Amino acid sequence: MTINITMAVMLAGLYSIGFYLLMQRSLMRVILGIVILGHGANLFLQVAGGPPGEPTFVGTAAVEAMVDPLPQALALTAIVITFGLTTFLLALSYRSWALLGHDEVQDDVEDRRVAEAELAEREIEDEAAEAERVAGFEAPEAPEAGPGQTDEEAGVR
Amino acid sequence: MSFLVALPVLLPLLAAALSLVAGRSPMVQRALGVVVLTVIACVAAALLVEADSSGPVVLELGGYGPPFGITLVADRLASLLLLVSALVTLAVLVFSVGQRITDFGRRAASTTFHPMYLMLCAGVSLAYLTADLFNLFVAFEVMLGSSYVLITRRVTAQRVRASMTYVIVSLTSSLLFITMIALVYTATGTVNMAALPEKIAALPPGVQSSLALLFLIVFGIKAALVPLHFWLPDSYPTAPAPITAVFAALLTKVGVYALIRTQTLVFVHSDSWTALLVVALLTMIVGVLGAIAQNDLNRMLSFLLVSHIGYMLFGLALFTVIGLAGVILYVVHHITVQAALFLVSGLVTRHTGTVSLQAMSGVAKGYPLVAVLFAVPALSLAGIPPLSGFVAKIALFQAGAEVGTPAALAVTGGAVVTSLLTLYAVTKIWAGAFWGKPAPPQPDPDPNDDVTVGTGTTSGAMLGATGGLVVVSVLIAVFAGPLAAMSERAANDVLHDAGYRSAVLGEEGR
Repeated sequence: MTINITMAVMLAGLYSIGFYLLMQRSLMRVILGIVILGHGANLFLQVAGGPPGEPTFVGTAAVEAMVDPLPQALALTAIVITFGLTTFLLALSYRSWALLGHDEVQDDVEDRRVAEAELAEREIEDEAAEAERVAGFEAPEAPEAGPGQTDEEAGVR
Repeated sequence: MSFLVALPVLLPLLAAALSLVAGRSPMVQRALGVVVLTVIACVAAALLVEADSSGPVVLELGGYGPPFGITLVADRLASLLLLVSALVTLAVLVFSVGQRITDFGRRAASTTFHPMYLMLCAGVSLAYLTADLFNLFVAFEVMLGSSYVLITRRVTAQRVRASMTYVIVSLTSSLLFITMIALVYTATGTVNMAALPEKIAALPPGVQSSLALLFLIVFGIKAALVPLHFWLPDSYPTAPAPITAVFAALLTKVGVYALIRTQTLVFVHSDSWTALLVVALLTMIVGVLGAIAQNDLNRMLSFLLVSHIGYMLFGLALFTVIGLAGVILYVVHHITVQAALFLVSGLVTRHTGTVSLQAMSGVAKGYPLVAVLFAVPALSLAGIPPLSGFVAKIALFQAGAEVGTPAALAVTGGAVVTSLLTLYAVTKIWAGAFWGKPAPPQPDPDPNDDVTVGTGTTSGAMLGATGGLVVVSVLIAVFAGPLAAMSERAANDVLHDAGYRSAVLGEEGR
C-alpha cells in the first residue's frame, strides 16, 4: 500500500492545529478548533478509500480503475453531521456571549466551591475549637477570622 | 417478523416529525410520545422473545446485502437493553409531562421538548440495533445532537458554561470516532461489525491493540470512565431532573454497550485485560470519593453514576461468560435505578426548592412516599440484599473470584469497598435531605431556571412514573433467576459470537 505524503502531512497539520485550538481558553478558538478537527477527520475518512481513480458509474471504466465509493458516502454523511453540529455550536456560543458578555471558558463554580468550602469549614471548625479551649485567655484574633470566611463563602455561593 | 427491527428507530423518528408539526397542541404531543414509546416497549419485548427462542432477528436496510448495506440486528443483548431503555424513557416522559402540567403558568410548554426527546429515543434504539460501525456513529450523533438541544433548552447564565463543556467534549469524541472509523476502514476495508473480526484478526498485533485502545478512548468518553469522566458531573446536574435522568440512565450505558459490542465482537481477548481492570478500579474509587465530597444532590448522584460505570468495565475486562453476564445484569439494574434516583431528586427538589444537601431537611416527615421512593433504589445502588443491585454485584464478584488473577482479585476488593462507600454516600443524602425537621420550600432563586423548582407540589404522574421505575427495579430482583439465565445466554452470544456473524452475513459469510 502506498501512502500519499501530501495528504498525510495535511492530516497531521489539521489534527495538530485542531487539538491546539481546542486547548485554548477563548470560546471562539475552541469552536475553530472543532471546525478544523472536523475537516481533518472528514478528510481522513476520504483518504481511507485509497488513491484516486475513475468515477464509479457502471460501464464507464474498468472495475479495477474505479475509486472505492464507500468512504466517499461515509465522508459525505460525516460532513453533513459536523456541519450541522458546528452551526449549533455557533448558536450556542452566541447565546453564551449574550448571557455572559464575554467569550472566556469559565471555571466550574461548584467545583471550586466544594474545594474551598471543605477547606474553609475545616479551618473554621479548628479555629472555633481552639477559641473555645483558650476562651478568655487570648486576644480574639481567631474568632474574628471565622465569621469573615463565612461571609466570603456566602458570597461565592 | 424482521420488519419489527426497524420499528424502534422508525416510529420515534416519524413521531418526532409529527410532534414538531403538532407543536401548538401539547395534548397531541404528549399522547404521541406516550403511545410511541409504549409500542416500542412492546416491540422490544417481542424481539426479545423471538431472539431468545430462534436466534437474532436481522433486517437488511434498502435490500443492500452485507457487508455493503446497513444491517439492523436484534440479538438477545440488544433487545434486552432496548426493552429496559424503552421502559425507562416511557417513565421519564410521563414524569416530565406531569411536571409540565403541574408547572402550568410558570412558563408555557415548549415545542422542542417532545420532538427532541423522541429523536433521542430513536438514536438510542439505533445504537443498540445497528451492526455497522459507521451507522453506530450516526446513531450516536442522532442521540447526542438531540441531547445537546435538551441540555441547552432555556439555558441560563449559570448553566450555559456547563452545557458548553458537554457539547464540546461530546463533539470532540465524535470527531475521534470518525478518525477511528477511517483507521478501521484503512486497515480492513469494511465497517460491518460482523465482517470485521476476521479482518482484524489478520492484522499485526500492534495495530490490533492500538485500534482496541482507540475504541476504548472513543467509547470511554461517552461512557465516562476515569480519567475521561470530568465532563459528566459538571454538565448532567445542570439539566432539569427528567432530562438528567434519561441522560444518566441511557447515554452512558449506550457507551458501555458499544464497548461491550466492539471489545467482544470485533476484537478477540482471550483472557482478562489488565489495563481495563485498572481503569475500572480507578473509575469506581475516584467516582465514589468524588460523590462523598459533594454537597449538591444532583452532582453527588452524577459522581455515583461515574463510580458505578466502573463495575460494568470490571465485568467486561474479565472477558469470561459469567463476567459479561454480570455486566449485562448490572447494566439492566443500573439503567432503572439511576433513572429512578434522578427522578426522586427531582421530586425532592420540588419539595425543598434547593439542591444543596445542607439547606434541605425533613423530607421523610413531610413526604414519606418520596422517602420510600428514594430508599429502595438507593439501597439497591449500594448493593443491599435482596435488591437488584445485590444480585448484579454478586454476579460480578463471583466472576472476579473465578478468574482469580491478582489484578482481578484486587479489583473485586475495590468493588466491595466501593459498595460500602456508596452506602456511606447515600446515607449522607438520607441524613441531609430526609431526616430532621420539615422545612418550607426555599424561595425560587430564578423563575426561568428549570433545575431548582420549589413548588411544594407534585402531580400523580410524577409520583407514578418514579414509582413505576422503582417497581421495575424490584421486579428485576424478583425475577433475577430467569434474567440471570438470559444474561448468561446473551453473554455467551457476544463472547463466542454464536450466530451473530452467520445471521448478519448470511450463508456465504461463514
